[in-house]
Amino acid sequence: MFAAALLGGAIVSIQIMLGALGIAIVVGLFMALLATTRIGPLRLLVSLYVEVFRNVPALTQLFIIYFGLAQVGLRLQPIPAAIIGLGLGGGALLTEVFRAGIQALHHGQREAAVAVGMTPVMAIRYIILPQAWRIVLPPLGNYSISLLKETSVASAIAAPEIMFYARQLVTRSFETPLVYSLTALLYLAMCLPIGRLVARLERRSRAWQ
Amino acid sequence: MREPGATQAPGIPAAHGRGDGSVVQIEDLHKSFGSLEVLKGIDLAIARGEKLAIIGPSGSGKSTLLRCVNYLEVPTRGHVYLEGELVGERLVNGQYIRMSDRELASQRRHVGMIFQSFYLWPHLTARENVAIAPEKVFGLSRNAALELADALLAKVGLAEKRDVFPERLSGGQQQRVAIARALAQEPKVILFDEPTSALDPELVGEVLKVIEQLAREGRSMMLVTHEIRFAQNVADRVIFMDHGVIIEQGPPSEVIRRPGHERTRAFLKQLLADSQ
Amino acid sequence: MIEFFQIFFDKLPQWWPEMQTAAARTLLLTTYAFILAIVFGLALALAKLSRSAMLRQMASVYIEIMRSIPTLVVLFIIYFGIVPLGITLNAVTAGSIGLGIHAAAYVAEIFRSGIEAIHRGQREAALSVGMTPRQTLRHIVLPQATAIMLPPLINMLVIVLKDTSICSLISAPEIMLRAKDLASTYFRPMHLYVLAGAMYFAMAWPLSLVARLWGRQLGRGRPTF
Repeated sequence: MFAAALLGGAIVSIQIMLGALGIAIVVGLFMALLATTRIGPLRLLVSLYVEVFRNVPALTQLFIIYFGLAQVGLRLQPIPAAIIGLGLGGGALLTEVFRAGIQALHHGQREAAVAVGMTPVMAIRYIILPQAWRIVLPPLGNYSISLLKETSVASAIAAPEIMFYARQLVTRSFETPLVYSLTALLYLAMCLPIGRLVARLERRSRAWQ
Repeated sequence: MREPGATQAPGIPAAHGRGDGSVVQIEDLHKSFGSLEVLKGIDLAIARGEKLAIIGPSGSGKSTLLRCVNYLEVPTRGHVYLEGELVGERLVNGQYIRMSDRELASQRRHVGMIFQSFYLWPHLTARENVAIAPEKVFGLSRNAALELADALLAKVGLAEKRDVFPERLSGGQQQRVAIARALAQEPKVILFDEPTSALDPELVGEVLKVIEQLAREGRSMMLVTHEIRFAQNVADRVIFMDHGVIIEQGPPSEVIRRPGHERTRAFLKQLLADSQ
Repeated sequence: MIEFFQIFFDKLPQWWPEMQTAAARTLLLTTYAFILAIVFGLALALAKLSRSAMLRQMASVYIEIMRSIPTLVVLFIIYFGIVPLGITLNAVTAGSIGLGIHAAAYVAEIFRSGIEAIHRGQREAALSVGMTPRQTLRHIVLPQATAIMLPPLINMLVIVLKDTSICSLISAPEIMLRAKDLASTYFRPMHLYVLAGAMYFAMAWPLSLVARLWGRQLGRGRPTF
């Protein structure tokens, strides 16, 4: 039935999402650290990266990576291209998130920990990391949800995720409303539970402020 | 007619029938917030020109009582009457139905309220704070409204602050603007909800002076306050409330100077001890 | 590398007229969609704040659903999905409606939090002076809330602008569609998609800056006691 094809696509969607999330976190963290240095040109580089990737649509970014790089000789498969494309875009978003997190913990915290007599390692383990986790988790959670929705754009570069199969099914069966309704339901079924989880985490993190 | 029950101190006349010249009438008022019953049956009538002070510990329901008078809180049971007219509801075929927003608004315009935290509107100057309701709600022309505002601000001693925004005014000044704003309504009764509790001590006096002036002018008031001495000087009648009921009421010389009830005495002693 | 740029300068005169028209179409699409989003979003926000439990519930459900479905799916449902019902929309209309009703869910939340940022006491003071809830909204809440809501609303505008790229998938005339077209004609996807990206950047970046600067200025503002 339709469900089988769509669910197969769902697995790919999740693959792309997890891959892109990983890249986004690594890139975001790296860029955030660069942004907190005192080296002007590095900070400028980060700003450039963030501004460019946040003001250009994801679709355009994917097309550049998939079709554009192919023109200059680097031919990527759809799924890796989607992961890299969405990951780089997400990295720009997460740079801000991580930077806020780092700065939030910068000042009093480390001094307080040292004053109480902790070694730097202990300070990181018992004071900074737990709090960093709490600050960063809600926006990360929210980003994961929008990332999952963004994977739908990968259908335009032929990545075999949900929308790709949905469009195929429609072309073959002409059951347009049914197929797209099922697709919508599928996204709902994936996003709503994550959303609830994030809301709960948000509430718990706020209880600690 | 209501029987004096456990909710009222014995010897106090029960609430009169409506339309007997009282400006506010409260009949068997109950208010619960969820499972918490805050008002447990209040019967009260305020005569025209009467100044009623309400004292009592926090949590006794004083504010809630006040807020029921202008229907900011909806009674769980019982009714409030403003000059004989039912407040917030209408009686239709034996059923009490909540008024429409517009009817409620036109009723509320006759009741002035002064809040503990002033609640002036930050995006308007003092003058605009006072003038906006006359213009937009009562239908005055812009000029007439501004003139009215200027006159009232002068009356509370803030004529020179009329073009200042609330954030630049002291607490006492803000509260006086709030009083001017309420006066612009030409209210039938003014409700004061702990008007000086949020003020620094040195600013309390200027606000009390204005309230005293209004009292001398013969305005009807319900004044919830912790300023016992002030209540003593200004009020015609004092009510002591605790846990949602009226424990004792009478002229200040009685309730404050020679309280009859055990709890009243305890409360007053505590209050005086705190202020030392 | 240099060859890359050479081709650019060589072909740009040929590409520019069409791309420029496409950009105008993109802006048009953005405008239609955003206006719909604002109007519908405001209605949703007011519904969510209303006293009627039914309105509140309907608005909440709509918002939650819209925020859990990708824009692309909404677009496809509007464009393709209602054809069996006998309604055929052209791509621009479908695109505007699809983007608009999707963005409305986010706009509604912006409106709602802006309105709720105004302290309850101010609203009570307005009610006790005799204002109806509508007058309170008009004279007290909205004048103050508007300033708070403007930065996130501008950010939303940028998001809608970027989402118009998805309308290329329903063949709406805008930048990406034109870029795809030219890319296959001239066999130069890299150049054209980079050009497209640059055009989006030129339109979106100023808006993002304005939103950020405004937001920072408001952060230093006065509290809404």
